[in-house]
Amino acid sequence: MKIFLRIISPGLLLMLASCTKNLNQTPNNATTAAQAYSTPLGYKQGLAKMYAAFALTGNTGGTGSPDIPTQIIADEGNSDFLRLYFNLQELTTDEAAWTWQNDAGIQGLHEMSWSSINPIVDGLYYRSFFQITLCNEFIRQSSDANLSARGITGASADSIRNYRAEARFLRAYQYWVLMDLFGNPPFATENDPVGGFIPKQISRSDLFAYVESELKAIDGDLVQARKNQYGRADQAAAWALLARMYLNAEVYTGTAHYTDAITYCNKIIQAGYTLHGDYRELMLADNNLNTDEFILTINYDALYTQNYGGTTYLLHGPANVPAYVSNSSGSWSGLRCTQNFIALFPDHSGNTDQRAQFWDSTQTLAMKDLYTASNGLSTFKFRNWTRDSLAPAHQDSKKDFSDIDFPLFRLGEIYLIYAESVLRGGTGGDAGTALQYINKLRERAYGGTSGDITSGQLTTDYILDERGRELYYECCRRTDLVRYKKFTTSTYLWAWKGGVEGGTAVADKYNLFPIPSTDLSSNPNLQQNNGY
Amino acid sequence: MGSPAWAQKRTVTGTVTDAKDGAPLPGVSILPKGGKTGVTTGSDGSFHIAVDPSTRTLIFSSVGYGTREISIGDAPLRITLTSNNASLNEIVVIGYGYTRKKDITGSVAVVTEKDFQKGSFTTPEQLIAGKVAGVSVISNSGQPGAGSTIRIRGGSSLNASNDPLIVIDGVPIDNDIAPGQKSVIAGAGNPLSFVNPDDIESFTVLKDASSAAIYGTRAANGVILITTKKGKSGAPRVNLNTVNSLADITKKVSVLNAAQFRSAVNANGSATQKAMMGAANTDWQNEVFQDALGTNNNLSISGGIKKLPYRLSVGYQDQNGILRTDNLKRLSLGLTVNAMTLDNHLKVDLSVKGSKENARFANQAAIGGAVSFDPTQPVYVKSPRFGGYYEWLDASSPTGLTNLAGRNPLGLLEEHYDKSHPERSIGNIQVDYKFHFLPDLHANVNAGYDVSRGQGSTFITDSAAEAYVAGGTGGSNNPYKTNKTNTLFEFYLNYTKDIKSIKSHLEFTPGYSYYDYQTTVYNYPTFNAQGVKFPGSDPATPTTEFRHVLISYFGRLEYRYNDKYVLRASLRRDGSSRFAPSNRWGLFPSVAFTWKVKDESFLQSSNVISSLNLRAGYGVTGQQDGIGDYDYLSYYYLSNAGASYQFDTSFYQGYRPAGFYANRKWEQTATYNIGADYGFLDGKITGSIDFYQKKTTNLLNQVAQPAGSNFSAYIVANVGSMENKGVEFDLNLHPIHRQDLTWDLGFNFTYNQNKITNLTVVPDDPNYPGFASGSIAGGIGGQFALINAVGYSKNVFNLYKQVYNSAGAPIEGVFVDKNHDGIINQNDLFKSKPADPKVFLGFSTGVTYNKWNAGFVLRSSIGNYVYNNIYSQTGVQNQILGNSVLYNGSTNYLVTKFKGSNAQQLLSDYYLENGSFLRMDNCYIGYDLGKIAHTRARLRLNATVQNVFVITKYSGLDPEIGAGTGNNPGIDNNIYPRPRTYSLGASLDF
Repeated sequence: MKIFLRIISPGLLLMLASCTKNLNQTPNNATTAAQAYSTPLGYKQGLAKMYAAFALTGNTGGTGSPDIPTQIIADEGNSDFLRLYFNLQELTTDEAAWTWQNDAGIQGLHEMSWSSINPIVDGLYYRSFFQITLCNEFIRQSSDANLSARGITGASADSIRNYRAEARFLRAYQYWVLMDLFGNPPFATENDPVGGFIPKQISRSDLFAYVESELKAIDGDLVQARKNQYGRADQAAAWALLARMYLNAEVYTGTAHYTDAITYCNKIIQAGYTLHGDYRELMLADNNLNTDEFILTINYDALYTQNYGGTTYLLHGPANVPAYVSNSSGSWSGLRCTQNFIALFPDHSGNTDQRAQFWDSTQTLAMKDLYTASNGLSTFKFRNWTRDSLAPAHQDSKKDFSDIDFPLFRLGEIYLIYAESVLRGGTGGDAGTALQYINKLRERAYGGTSGDITSGQLTTDYILDERGRELYYECCRRTDLVRYKKFTTSTYLWAWKGGVEGGTAVADKYNLFPIPSTDLSSNPNLQQNNGY
Repeated sequence: MGSPAWAQKRTVTGTVTDAKDGAPLPGVSILPKGGKTGVTTGSDGSFHIAVDPSTRTLIFSSVGYGTREISIGDAPLRITLTSNNASLNEIVVIGYGYTRKKDITGSVAVVTEKDFQKGSFTTPEQLIAGKVAGVSVISNSGQPGAGSTIRIRGGSSLNASNDPLIVIDGVPIDNDIAPGQKSVIAGAGNPLSFVNPDDIESFTVLKDASSAAIYGTRAANGVILITTKKGKSGAPRVNLNTVNSLADITKKVSVLNAAQFRSAVNANGSATQKAMMGAANTDWQNEVFQDALGTNNNLSISGGIKKLPYRLSVGYQDQNGILRTDNLKRLSLGLTVNAMTLDNHLKVDLSVKGSKENARFANQAAIGGAVSFDPTQPVYVKSPRFGGYYEWLDASSPTGLTNLAGRNPLGLLEEHYDKSHPERSIGNIQVDYKFHFLPDLHANVNAGYDVSRGQGSTFITDSAAEAYVAGGTGGSNNPYKTNKTNTLFEFYLNYTKDIKSIKSHLEFTPGYSYYDYQTTVYNYPTFNAQGVKFPGSDPATPTTEFRHVLISYFGRLEYRYNDKYVLRASLRRDGSSRFAPSNRWGLFPSVAFTWKVKDESFLQSSNVISSLNLRAGYGVTGQQDGIGDYDYLSYYYLSNAGASYQFDTSFYQGYRPAGFYANRKWEQTATYNIGADYGFLDGKITGSIDFYQKKTTNLLNQVAQPAGSNFSAYIVANVGSMENKGVEFDLNLHPIHRQDLTWDLGFNFTYNQNKITNLTVVPDDPNYPGFASGSIAGGIGGQFALINAVGYSKNVFNLYKQVYNSAGAPIEGVFVDKNHDGIINQNDLFKSKPADPKVFLGFSTGVTYNKWNAGFVLRSSIGNYVYNNIYSQTGVQNQILGNSVLYNGSTNYLVTKFKGSNAQQLLSDYYLENGSFLRMDNCYIGYDLGKIAHTRARLRLNATVQNVFVITKYSGLDPEIGAGTGNNPGIDNNIYPRPRTYSLGASLDF
């Protein structure tokens, strides 16, 4: 008993007291927001994640720690922004179909019969919101109050103010994506809490007004056009998004904004961008050199920005393009074009219009079967060679990953927006300049003036076709067809539209994607889009 | 004519001992046959009885030992009695202490060595499969060392753990899989596989909350206490036993043979596809499966050095898997020492167990590969490339291999070396001190550890097709390593007081415990087969550490009145580091009552009823397993180098905030239990019956977060409630208990009904359909066959209702339009059968006749349904012809002729089948040769067959599907088949 009283019991009491402290545990490989953002480098790493969220699927190169939970997309390689966005913007149109119908969410996309349960539709929705939530957090953490509390001042603080404006740009971009594809998404900003908060739904027109006001508000805080680091958004990126949004404003709000579109096209053009000389150099491994034309890119690197979506998908995806053409480990035999799209070109050889970069030796022109790899031409627009036909310096040994950057905005599109806005009655531009811009694109494509058109030939329908030729596989097609009221209607049919070989019209509801049923179940404030 | 009253009596003497271990039996009643008065044996088992000269026979009886009649001779009698299953004086381990079986207040089952399943086992939990009502033990696969899905009373959780807490000799075992890891201990299929089944003496299962609540924190799914064998004082006793086994596959997946495959391709394939076919006839399943040998050898020495009983054991097991290249070797050591000193006031129990495994894990992708690889292709080709295995080739691909095609199943096995050498040690020292000045008071300290090092590497040769790189710089050589260090400290006082004046007995046990669980996962870059690092594969941090701590204060109060009424109450307060400080502490009370009806005057004289205890209890238990260690706060994680982002020429790793949920708290399960333990006809019939109701609230659930409100779209939150109701019935019969012949039968029955009562923050939200689970392979992918919905049991199949033609054949893509809206969509899915059984049964019997013994165990499950994912995924034409190369399909294709282009067909209830079954787990026969040739050595031989047969209507391999990694309840897709095992064993004691 003496032993117990003298030694054991005080020991026990001491132990009880010290052990209770052990209920506070922290991870060894993570930090709190306050620690992460205690230095300017931390802010840069936060900025890097916001951009990386466009390019990557998660926090581990290749696969390993996905941003989007497996409950939404089982296969992490499908969960990056660009692959999901491409699938919804291109596979639903005349430009692309995917061979492997058993892949999650594929069936029903090209046939235009998707429902509110589709891993690709859900995937893009949750990917956009992941990026918005990241941006909201960054905007909160980079407030002036937080910067001064963390002792960050001077040039470092000025840089972080630029980052903050970029975060608002990236958020505006994602809200624009949601507005374009889903219409009326839920809405959360940096002023809402994280966790346990139920966002309200925002109408498409209110969201339009919000994105517009954000893009205008950050103009002074963004780095000047063409002055930022490569890969980061500057003023021109915000102008380009405004121009694109104004072009489609009638779809979003019922009110046209063509004059505004022209205004912002002019600002970009006046900033000094020029068309890159060779169209076929646009989507190569060293296309980071194309700063003459590119306004904002998603950057990929085969060693340090690895994932199975992005341009890796656009490199391997096209069906049966040989490995020596793409400089990859080989084709995934997936992406092919309908014959209706190929027909936009005078011929598909590329000898006339160099933008035609189609693989035909193993392919049939007609897409007799939607799910056969050899049906329909495929494109080698994306190739992992440098301009000098060399392998890129950072190529991985298995040749799995791509080094090709993806332009979210480039001058070619701005010329097309300008011309279409002029034709649709916008002011601040003129038809002569419009024709001149279109012919600049055509002269690059034809390697001379042989493809030039006259003002009589320049119609809105001509511009839709020219957009197809110029911007195919750059994720514009669905938005364009919706704007031209050709997406669901019978005015333009392509192979397997509506699930029949010759194509057929589908219900108007397919102009928007449904809000995922998962979110309808977890957010009582949401109402489903009409028809779903 | 009776004996004259004045006749002189004579005295008979002798001793009574336990037939099993020779221990003296006190309290055995001895009655002359025909007489009315008798005596009982003393503490040393001896007796004196004066009997009439005419008395020729004495009747020996003892509760729990049955009755024997012995003829009186001249010599002192040496009587042995054999214990029944329900030995009521047996001491039963409960949480933080012991109790007599007859004083048990909760639902507690004990299975001792003699009732274990017989045969060759790599993992101990299989020993009690089918043995206890309310406890289901399903092996997850046929792989050596594979774990089991253990469910006590159906499981109380949806997304948190449904595994019971397992405590080995006082050390609770870590059953948590660290995030991103495949198993609890890296390189080991199952953490329990480190415990040598041969060292186990008994399992005690605490099923209801009143018995388990003392383990508050993790007891919601019941507790299994494993007690290992201890030494007994006396001369050293040596046991050497060996079991040698041969395992074979019982059934293969039914796929097209080469001829059927050829005709299918010729009938429907394109010219290119027809040209792809080869000339061989290969049964790929024959190629990947093998007959597997195993040997299991154990040596134990036990005895006492002076007052120091000890037991030392060594085990060595070497078991091949029926999937080629699968092998598990285990060396295990165990030592227990139980010292008593200071005039029996200080008791010290030391227990150390250690084992080391050497395993090679077969690449299980070969199982699905063997089902679907083209049977017209040969196994080998005369080519040095790809290890000489036939592969699908494409000249235009840089590797020469067709991209995304299936690889040769045998090549997947033989070019793939996943080798591990994990080790684990569990040990504790328990000191019990009985105070000299107050012997009614004990202090007990238990300090223990559970340390493991899981390590190994996956090596794939650079010629292997699965990881081939042009130029031969591929393959892989990737190490992995995870260390776990878990420590525990427990302290309790135990005060016992008999207050004779008021016929009362009082016991009070207050205590404290501290558990610390630490895991270090080592992160490595990836390497090719030559050891060259892949650029960009460097991890963000060299290690990832996980730690959580549990602190508990507990107390138990027991009050017995007149040894007839027992009241037991406990209270536990638990704190877990996994919750935010404001939600950290949970309170878990219990109360239970037992009435020993047999001891009442109105039953005391009953010859029919030999024992009867009525029990009632209530308790609350908690759950915090299966959730993150830290994510009540938001943490920032830096990406690895391969997930950097480039600005200009610099690469930046990115900071990602992780999803979090600050309001997370304990999941709680409240259990009501009423039951009875009964014995009839002097213990010839014993058993128990229990009725229970479990209500789980604040379910820890993976819940989709409203988009825009959290960093992760899904997070574990407390949403919903669920209940389990059930009946358990145990019946043990001992119809014959003679010296030369005994016959025992055991039967148990379990009925469990599970119902989800809420799943939403706002209860009864009619718009919430429930959440899907049970992902199925094939079709458009990402589809789920099961749903968890309010008003139904968990894991209910949610499928389209198939429409059949007049001939009874299913029509592809045609389903019942349940809501009559003219279209078939997700609104037409209907909730039908459950994946979990409602009823399961166990039946064991054993006979001993002189030196022979024999028996068998049957197990049955009724009302469980199985979705045949092999049929639905591979039994379609698109499986065979819809890809860049040819794949084999299920013979179900010959029945349905489905094309496979209808996306909804995969969700047809055509593929749902009744999975009820009756399985003979084992049958055995043994022979006791007795002492060999004048030595002290005693030799016993036995032969056992395990997994003897399964009777079921289910068309697939096996209707019993565990919930192991990659498995979903009720979904049959390329599961590692359970083998049939034949074994011969010998056991030598001296």
